[in-house]
Amino acid sequence: MQLTEASILLPLILPFLTATICLFFNRSKKAQHFISIAGACLLLITAFFLLESVKENGIMVTQIGGWEAPFGITMVMDIFSAIMVLVTAFVGLMVNIYALQNIKKEKKQFGFFVFFHFLIMGVNGAFTAGDIFNLYVWFEILLIASFILLALGNGKEQLIGTVKYMLLSFIASAFLLVGVGIIYGISGSLNMANVAVFCRENPDNPLITVAAIFFLLPFGIKAALFPMYFWLPASYPTPDISVTAFFSGLLTKVGVYALIRFFTLIFVQDIAYTHTILLIAAAFTMFSGVLGALSRNSMRKVLSFHIISQIGYMILGLALFTPLALAGAIFYMVQHILVKTNLFMITGLVEKIKGTSVLKNIGGLYKSYPFVSLLFFIAALSLAGIPPFSGFWPKFLLIKAGFEAKEYWVIAIGIVTGLLTLFSMTKIWVYAFWEKEKKENENELLESIFIQRNWRMTVPVITITVMIIGIGFYSMPLMKYASLAAEQLMNPSLYIQKVLGK
Amino acid sequence: MEFFLSIFVGLLFAAGIYLLLHRDFVKLVIGIVIIGNATALFIFVAGRIVRQAGPFIKEDGSVPESFADPVPQALILTALVIGFGIQAFALLLFKKLYDVPKIHQVDDLKK
Repeated sequence: MQLTEASILLPLILPFLTATICLFFNRSKKAQHFISIAGACLLLITAFFLLESVKENGIMVTQIGGWEAPFGITMVMDIFSAIMVLVTAFVGLMVNIYALQNIKKEKKQFGFFVFFHFLIMGVNGAFTAGDIFNLYVWFEILLIASFILLALGNGKEQLIGTVKYMLLSFIASAFLLVGVGIIYGISGSLNMANVAVFCRENPDNPLITVAAIFFLLPFGIKAALFPMYFWLPASYPTPDISVTAFFSGLLTKVGVYALIRFFTLIFVQDIAYTHTILLIAAAFTMFSGVLGALSRNSMRKVLSFHIISQIGYMILGLALFTPLALAGAIFYMVQHILVKTNLFMITGLVEKIKGTSVLKNIGGLYKSYPFVSLLFFIAALSLAGIPPFSGFWPKFLLIKAGFEAKEYWVIAIGIVTGLLTLFSMTKIWVYAFWEKEKKENENELLESIFIQRNWRMTVPVITITVMIIGIGFYSMPLMKYASLAAEQLMNPSLYIQKVLGK
Repeated sequence: MEFFLSIFVGLLFAAGIYLLLHRDFVKLVIGIVIIGNATALFIFVAGRIVRQAGPFIKEDGSVPESFADPVPQALILTALVIGFGIQAFALLLFKKLYDVPKIHQVDDLKK
């Protein structure tokens, strides 16, 4: 199917329309359900066709308002963007179905679905922006939507988490703006392709590296990179589990996406400096994240810390800066989004059964809920990177790339982190699933009845689990897309040519 | 002029960061406002300051020799509006913290 270039705006327009229409029906739960599911389905179909189209016809570019490249706002979609938009749309649909049951009626009437779709719009916008300032604007859109989702319901923990998240995000935005100012001051342009050309023509300008650090900082904060990740475990475990599942899947990945985009397209003039910083940060992120996870005793908190240590692997792929490593990083992002969202949604199921996710208060799940236990087991092994599940392949790619780049100490940290991940997953498994039941709960349902009654919560979990197993056993398609995307990233002249038209 | 404005931007950042480190929520909000303004001024200075002429083509079709760059001004306008949104949200959030869990300063967040 031949799509026009302007159709890359659809991933922005569709969630916007969905959110706006939902806003008009804020009193009717049923109408909101229908609209938001329909919108999410449409987005998924669009994203699928966009990925196919980008793969067939190369990078797609739209100049908003017909202003030519360095002057107007440019939206660009290459394979990397298209993959991320597709995963966003898929996870969006899954969490949307999950939220139908998980979110209380009052919160839906307050506009849960409205802000949910605005959040998707912001995420998609950040994935397709071709202009640095435009990227900042999309970041702010997704941030404000995420503030509201985080604070929705006004629980004490939620409000406290939101304060920390908001202040750190604000500081990140301020740094980002300073970076924008420096880039504009030295190059006179904000179009990413144009700035990339400037950086290649003037590799000796010392201010470029200064600007690189000013972009590393805010994107690092948003991606939860060491040592700027403390806001994440403080805020992510607090809201409703659907919100946490969606945040954990996507928000930090927007930061990782921006880092990968900037440090492959623009800031490549001093790789020895910038990418070494990234490498060290990646190693510390992996290790300190997993140590944090080991020290926690609630499922939500353990999983939140795991987000951090997994971010380290993705940044490791960027820091090694070879096509293989980047392909590994992109593969990792996709599978991490799926697995992490799934793990949090399973945590939601556990909370629904036991009423809590604090490890020492649950137990005996394996005896009465073997199927839910199996779902958790698959996701947990996949997170730790045990073959044959999906987490194994990207880890394998990254370690192979690490050997090729002769960075042995990082590989060692990566492997130890994988082992510790497995260990902390075992901790959840032993406490929550294997151990004897703490107190008999009279109201506990039979598993089959539980799954039937909560089908809107179990269907997305099962779907993603099938995807995880599928990727594990049949990883070639995703591997192919990831390596195509990595090739495009390593060869930015394609991107520049397409955007600037010369 | 650019020299003095640069120093002023630095002072604004220092003041903003000092206020952000304060334990009182009201001062935190003022810190957010000041840092927002400091970044706006930073972009303004980074885009070079040109006096006298705006970016308009004259009536006879000729272009003025030097004119103020309109792009930083547009950026600042956008950033300020977004900043207002965040400040409004921050104020409301701190108000809620005062009302619901009765948290009055940053140190109480730990409890």
